[in-house]
Amino acid sequence: MAYEEMSGAKILIQALVDQGVKDVFGYPGGAILPVYDELHQQNQIRHILVRQEGGAVHAAEGYARSTGKVGVVIVTSGPGATNAVTGITDALMDSVPLVIFCGQVPTHLIGNDAFQECDTTGITRPCTKHNYLVKSTADLARTIHEAFYVARSGRPGPVLIDLPKDVQLAMGAYIPPQDIVHKTYQPKTRGDRALIEQAVALMAQAERPILYCGGGVVNSGPKASELLTKLVDVTGFPVTLTLMGLGAVPASHPQFLGMLGMHGTYEANLAMHGCDVMVCIGARFDDRVTGRLNAFAPNAKKIHIDIDPSSINKNVLVDIGIVGDVADVLEQMLNVWTSSGVKPDRKALAAWWRQIDHWRTRNSLAYRQTGDIIKPQHAIRRLYELTKHRDDVFITTEVGQHQMWAAQHFGFEKPNRWMTSGGLGTMGYGLPAAMGVQLAQPGALVVDIAGEASIMMNIQEMSTIAQYRLPVKVFILNNQYMGMVRQWQELLHGSRYSQTYMESLPDFVKLAEAFGAVGLRAEKADQLDDVIKEMIAVDKPVIADIMVDKAENCFPMIPSGAAHNDMLLGPEDKAEKPISEEGMVLV
Amino acid sequence: MPESAREERHTIGVLVDNEPGVLARVIGLFSGRGYNIESLTVAETDPQGKLSRITIVTSGTPMVIEQIKNQLGRLVPVRKVSDLTIEGPHVEREMALVKVHGAGEKRVEALRIADIFRARVVDSTNESFVFEIIGKTTKLSAFIGLMQPLGLVDVARTGVVAIARGPAAF
Repeated sequence: MAYEEMSGAKILIQALVDQGVKDVFGYPGGAILPVYDELHQQNQIRHILVRQEGGAVHAAEGYARSTGKVGVVIVTSGPGATNAVTGITDALMDSVPLVIFCGQVPTHLIGNDAFQECDTTGITRPCTKHNYLVKSTADLARTIHEAFYVARSGRPGPVLIDLPKDVQLAMGAYIPPQDIVHKTYQPKTRGDRALIEQAVALMAQAERPILYCGGGVVNSGPKASELLTKLVDVTGFPVTLTLMGLGAVPASHPQFLGMLGMHGTYEANLAMHGCDVMVCIGARFDDRVTGRLNAFAPNAKKIHIDIDPSSINKNVLVDIGIVGDVADVLEQMLNVWTSSGVKPDRKALAAWWRQIDHWRTRNSLAYRQTGDIIKPQHAIRRLYELTKHRDDVFITTEVGQHQMWAAQHFGFEKPNRWMTSGGLGTMGYGLPAAMGVQLAQPGALVVDIAGEASIMMNIQEMSTIAQYRLPVKVFILNNQYMGMVRQWQELLHGSRYSQTYMESLPDFVKLAEAFGAVGLRAEKADQLDDVIKEMIAVDKPVIADIMVDKAENCFPMIPSGAAHNDMLLGPEDKAEKPISEEGMVLV
Repeated sequence: MPESAREERHTIGVLVDNEPGVLARVIGLFSGRGYNIESLTVAETDPQGKLSRITIVTSGTPMVIEQIKNQLGRLVPVRKVSDLTIEGPHVEREMALVKVHGAGEKRVEALRIADIFRARVVDSTNESFVFEIIGKTTKLSAFIGLMQPLGLVDVARTGVVAIARGPAAF
């Protein structure tokens, strides 16, 4: 069959349509003009014009993570591409499927230091899952379809296509996606049956088991979360989730111990430390989770399920490593569990639960809200309490204390409702991400829980939010400090607050108004509920400036270089436990 | 030293699509993640299938070696990764060109040693030789060591290529 000939720019649009893309985020420029000209002449793809390319990538991340679809970004060469690098790296660390198109100078100028030229594929090679420089229009359709396939298959990630301007203008054949065979990349999705049987046998004998699950469950799709909840139910095992995994098991589930790790709950971390069998599902033993490696779960047999073979035995040696997609492996595991008539040791489990319930009585997330000053935890709690009756709440965050408080105090009943920058820890992620979520979820309540420092990093996207009439709510916990950095200075550097006080902050109420949004402020505890209610009621973008306790720190905390059973539960804890020298050098 | 902390030397064969940037991906992976490269060789081995074969000699703890193989396997243009060191007997060879400058007795001695090592003379002037020597890395190093006092001025080495013994294909 003869394929239709069209320009490279048109091939791009046709490929997006055939890939089911509805929205793209981008910013035009000289080297990508032919694509923008084609965008102008069609109405199947909606283009969202951001205010800076970094915003486009985070918006696409929010879009992708709330829907499970591939997010798409179009930017120009040179600064367009380099501005996108932070978001691309963020997407790589958190396994978010994206396809990023960058304009490039025409092929005959590549390497000549032309205007707005940079070595985009060179710069992005280590921060993409894969990237391509397309030198001929004949290769374009195949490359785009392969890019979508690579981005969403296996462990998802960002894939970049560098598009020289002459390739966009030249004519070539358009090959539809169904005619393309992917030659090399074939990730394994079904788990090895023998290993799964071994894992089930080990789990059946467990006396102090724990399920430790992460973002891989969410990335595997909603079915994986259902299967995981089923596994939690049939085994009776306690379950803890990483920052990226929140929502994979309903927060209200009685066997859910809360988040684990550096700012995880006392019960989750002690259960990790004391367990005899650990089942890690779609998580990667990140340093924020493990604490000091040589003291990590010292008596546990470890099972690890991950689609990425390189995640297994990277930081922690495990006893059984199962490569496969979480949903597939959980389905296999549940089949083996039920068909083999496993009888877990109910007596031992009951004793384990008594121990866990005892740890729970420490109430490690407790805070005391008294008087006028708003505790930041209280602000999150109220936001949660006032919205939890709704089924359509999506939360994004920036990075810092507010992010940890949101993870601790906001309950997520479903996956894909919580969008945060975990691996890279990108301040400025939350606002553009919320914008992407709101575009994908019209009518939903989308809240960016922010800090006053982070929000300034991509505040320009308020203008995009206004342009597209997106009713995004920005909920700023304003303590006038880069709170998490200040907390570390307090802990590690003798409370010398070097450059962490935010002077000359804008008046966020006026700033909201300047962007055509609604500005609200709560300065006292008794104003909080009214501000939250009004923020939700207004059908417009809102910045709610919540003035919170400036001195509050985020607890519990495993200090860097410490083990899970060596947590700081509150400010009075720290004096007795100085941080080790090894801990000082860790981040 | 515990077993898990001991550094081992491994020879790894990698079959890749011969496309622009593939070598940069492999090298970037090693530098970005702090792995060692003792030697690396690459050339197209299947022009029809557009495949190249990379041979990497690396060292690290068993956990690091496993990581290296898994990380290589993750690269999209990588077709196959094979750890020749643990996957059975294999043959390793390296070639070196060794230039020796000298006269008189030293020159004769250099020729005599070259003969023992089955090195070939591929260039000669009245005061110099270029030897071509093929063998295991240790043999090449021994030869170069012996040439040192005899007027060694220049060495070019290819790095190791390796292939499994027996009839099976890669």
